[in-house]
Amino acid sequence: MQTTARVQPARSSLLRDPKFRGLVFQILAVFTVVGIGWYLFQNTQSNLAQRGITSGFGFLNNTAGFGILQSLIDYTETDTYGRVFVIGLLNTLLVSGLGIFFATLIGFVIGIARLSPNWLLSRLATVYIEIFRNIPPLLQIFFWYFAVLRAMPAPRASYEFFDAIYLNIRGLYLPSPIPADGFNVFAIALLAACVAIVLVARWARKRREATGQLFPTPAVAIGLLVALPGLAALVAGNPVTWSVPELRGFNFVGGLVVIPELVALTLALTLYTAAFIAENVRSGIQAVSHGQTEAARSLGLRPRHILRLVIIPQALRVIIPPLTSQYLNLAKNSSLAAAIGYPDLVSLFAGTVLNQTGQAIETIAITMSVYLAISLSISLLMNWYNKRIALVER
Amino acid sequence: MTEKKLESAAGDKLMIRMESVNKWYGEFHVLKDINLDVRQGERIVLCGPSGSGKSTTIRCINRLEEHQAGRIIVDGVELTSDLKQIEAIRREVGMVFQHFNLFPHLTVLENCTLAPMWVRHMPRREAEAVAMHFLERVRIPEQALKYPGQLSGGQQQRVAIARALCMKPAIMLFDEPTSALDPEMVKEVLDTMIELAESGMTMLCVTHEMGFARTVAHRIIFMDRGEIVEQAAPDEFFSNPKSERTRTFLGQILH
Amino acid sequence: MDTHIFKPDLKRPLLSVGALGWLRTNLFSNWFNTLLTLFSLYLIWLVVPPIVKWAIIDADWVGTTRADCTSEGACWVFIKMRFAQFMYGFYPHELRWRVDLTVIAAIVGAAPLFVRAMPRKLIYGAFFLVAYPALAFWLLHGGFLGLVAVPTSQWGGLMLTLVIAVVGIAGAMPLGILLALGRRSDMPAIRVICVTFIEFWRGVPLITVLFMSSVMLPLFLPEHVSIDKLLRALLAVMLFEAAYIAEVVRGGLQAIPKGQYEAAAAMGLGYWRSMGLVILPQALKLVIPGIVNTFIALFKDTSLVIIIGLFDLLNSIHQATVDPAWLGFATEGYVFAALVFWIFCFGMSRYSMSIERRLDRGHKR
Ligand SMILES: Nc1ncnc2c1ncn2[C@@H]1O[C@H](COP(=O)(O)OP(=O)(O)OP(=O)(O)O)[C@@H](O)[C@H]1O
Ligand SMILES: [Mg+2]
Repeated sequence: MQTTARVQPARSSLLRDPKFRGLVFQILAVFTVVGIGWYLFQNTQSNLAQRGITSGFGFLNNTAGFGILQSLIDYTETDTYGRVFVIGLLNTLLVSGLGIFFATLIGFVIGIARLSPNWLLSRLATVYIEIFRNIPPLLQIFFWYFAVLRAMPAPRASYEFFDAIYLNIRGLYLPSPIPADGFNVFAIALLAACVAIVLVARWARKRREATGQLFPTPAVAIGLLVALPGLAALVAGNPVTWSVPELRGFNFVGGLVVIPELVALTLALTLYTAAFIAENVRSGIQAVSHGQTEAARSLGLRPRHILRLVIIPQALRVIIPPLTSQYLNLAKNSSLAAAIGYPDLVSLFAGTVLNQTGQAIETIAITMSVYLAISLSISLLMNWYNKRIALVER
Repeated sequence: MTEKKLESAAGDKLMIRMESVNKWYGEFHVLKDINLDVRQGERIVLCGPSGSGKSTTIRCINRLEEHQAGRIIVDGVELTSDLKQIEAIRREVGMVFQHFNLFPHLTVLENCTLAPMWVRHMPRREAEAVAMHFLERVRIPEQALKYPGQLSGGQQQRVAIARALCMKPAIMLFDEPTSALDPEMVKEVLDTMIELAESGMTMLCVTHEMGFARTVAHRIIFMDRGEIVEQAAPDEFFSNPKSERTRTFLGQILH
Repeated sequence: MDTHIFKPDLKRPLLSVGALGWLRTNLFSNWFNTLLTLFSLYLIWLVVPPIVKWAIIDADWVGTTRADCTSEGACWVFIKMRFAQFMYGFYPHELRWRVDLTVIAAIVGAAPLFVRAMPRKLIYGAFFLVAYPALAFWLLHGGFLGLVAVPTSQWGGLMLTLVIAVVGIAGAMPLGILLALGRRSDMPAIRVICVTFIEFWRGVPLITVLFMSSVMLPLFLPEHVSIDKLLRALLAVMLFEAAYIAEVVRGGLQAIPKGQYEAAAAMGLGYWRSMGLVILPQALKLVIPGIVNTFIALFKDTSLVIIIGLFDLLNSIHQATVDPAWLGFATEGYVFAALVFWIFCFGMSRYSMSIERRLDRGHKR
């Protein structure tokens, strides 16, 4: 009796045993996923066979045969799809880089303005944030591209700024620097200034710790940055000459042309993302409790030292994680380029190349992998950073 | 709590003088005609019902709050909107908050050395020596390298006291230093404060710890509705309150 | 025993109260503040008058053709003439009442859910969630029970935008919740599957997902199966949003104290029942603001369906601006689109903030 009584529940308890059930459940789940994958794979195989498409990445070596609006590296129509991929990637990185730079700048300024004790300024910042973050980025791109830049006058009637910058329907014409005689000396001087600043900053910190004396490092740094290269330019002559765009006939020559697609995209992504960054900055600063400032004040610390030693280090911990996710969003939104034909990765590769070759799976897989790789590496970096800076709690 | 009285007399030098200080929050009249003289080495306890303006009074002394009328003179310097003078006064006045307000991103030691290094321009080594001296006085030198988040409430408050002391202030202000603490931690903080009192520090303390007030205070000030209703030596204050308002309050608080 | 006589409240000294005092403290408290005020005024002067002049004072409001737009300012006639198309796309004129009815049904049906004191909210909510989609499908698409079918190729404008956003989020919810539970499961295989799924969709831009749905999906399916273009887009949006919803819900699950899980287990509830009866109701309530924010993001992202040739609000307007009969009014078109999107997104974000505040207060109590 006793033994059977013990054996009986043991048998049925195998089914009730959560570990066993979990195992079965997991095996089932894996089978389902694999099964779906297999089913899709089979369908794809037969569909591809039907359409006579050979899969594989061999097409990357084929000649592209089409022109590209903007390329950071040399490109002709006889180059390969592989090179088109690189161009698309570089253009995506260019737009993302520009967008991140300007959005950070504007976002921090507006986020701080939002907290200004000046009522009017903080209201203006709020209005900016609420307008720009509530309008779809694609619509903003369309607005800047179709309603503003495409409506620009012909080159002859360009808008002109400071006699050196021109804006017309063909794009934004900026002066571009060309290295001249004094360039090398100038570059060396600049480098020397940077090294000197690092050394001065180190020395100043050591001295402060040893003697308590403060040293005006920022002022000295700016002085060095101006004086050394300036001196070099005086001694060795002009470091650069500027190639200023000039109207010849119907178009401008010289200078640097930024195509309207790039201008519209950068502008829209910058203004859109800046609104989010501003909110991150505001909430990051507000997350530092008022008590912290009061404690610092009551110790007699100067306002700028309170900012530097107490508020910024704490606020940055709060700001940086959402900031990186904004950067990621911006990089992903840069794919909206496809809608106005700026040759970024998506529009070039998942658009033009896909249409020309029919290699749908390969092109989209490659495009997605690039974004996945970027996202994953940034989130790994973020996890590492978060662990490093996490405030130590009990 | 020992009921033994601390017998250290106050000096003659005037450390704080408030002359008919008035303050408004918006249209709300929080401080009405506050007159208060504090001499060197004097220990004063402020008490009164919630919202009576105790915190506001002591926060005016180091200009965490601005007063709109009257004069406040601290250690011979009048508080005006001149930031230089405000900073000079804040260097001489230490403050301890109800919620500690330690800097969570800095270690205990760094919390204590921050102001001496950046305000008093002390070399790091010296600042650390001073910090360790005061951490020993509040009996937590072994926690120096931990972060505030790793300490108990009582330990944090003692660090906050040490942090203020590291600036070698002439006056210490306490704003309900024990009211955010669990009961078992209250004593360790009060003991620290009693020791500080024994060393002759000028202290202004908002607290409802009446035992502490009896032991330590030279004078107890009772505030209500933004006014000083009554001030007296502890014996007098507890045994023979002059105003009926004070009596009601004491009845509530001493059960 | 004395009775203390309290002093009367006095007025604050002048210069610090009233309008003047307010100006002094908020706009002109020191030279830097004054500078900022002047700078702000300059910015306003730079931006506001031209916009007001263009959009209102100099604008053309009446008329029916482009010839009626004679002044310097905005040509709102264009918007007025195309308004119906912006709202309904190519939905047949005489059937547009069906769209209106669908919207009215949504408002009337959902209204009780926003009444805080409503009894049996949960049961009603469940009923609404089941009945409304069926009703909406019948009204919008038809083809049975006496309504003429309107193929999705004729859907467009704001109506299509709303359809994509609402169906997208509603479809993404169940999958998102499952994924969130899976990600927190203690079964490694399940966790790996869910994490991979979530991180995949969150790592790629929506536009590539839409590309995928339009060119890869046909390859994935058996030959004879062809899916409606709108359905393909909806599928893509649902999978994509499910990953984001999953992360929001996971946040809510993490915020539930461990004690709740333990209490549910101690009551002898199994996994699904303790999740369904104890944990999820609390977690989902916490994440309503997060879900609304996801919805706002999705609402803005619906505009990307232009890439695969659907005529949502933005695409309808975009097409109208390149219509030869109305060339040159792109600004008016986009400004109008922006206004519509803005009203929706801003309204929802305010709503989400108000819930957040309410939840906060509930917590503190
Ligand atoms: N920043 C402020 N703005 C407006 N009113 C305030 C502000 N700070 C305090 N008050 C009001 O001023 C009054 C006095 O506040 P105070 O903090 O000095 O009181 P308290 O005596 O310290 O009370 P408690 O025992 O609660 O700390 C209260 O009625 C309070 O509501
Ligand atoms: Mg108080």
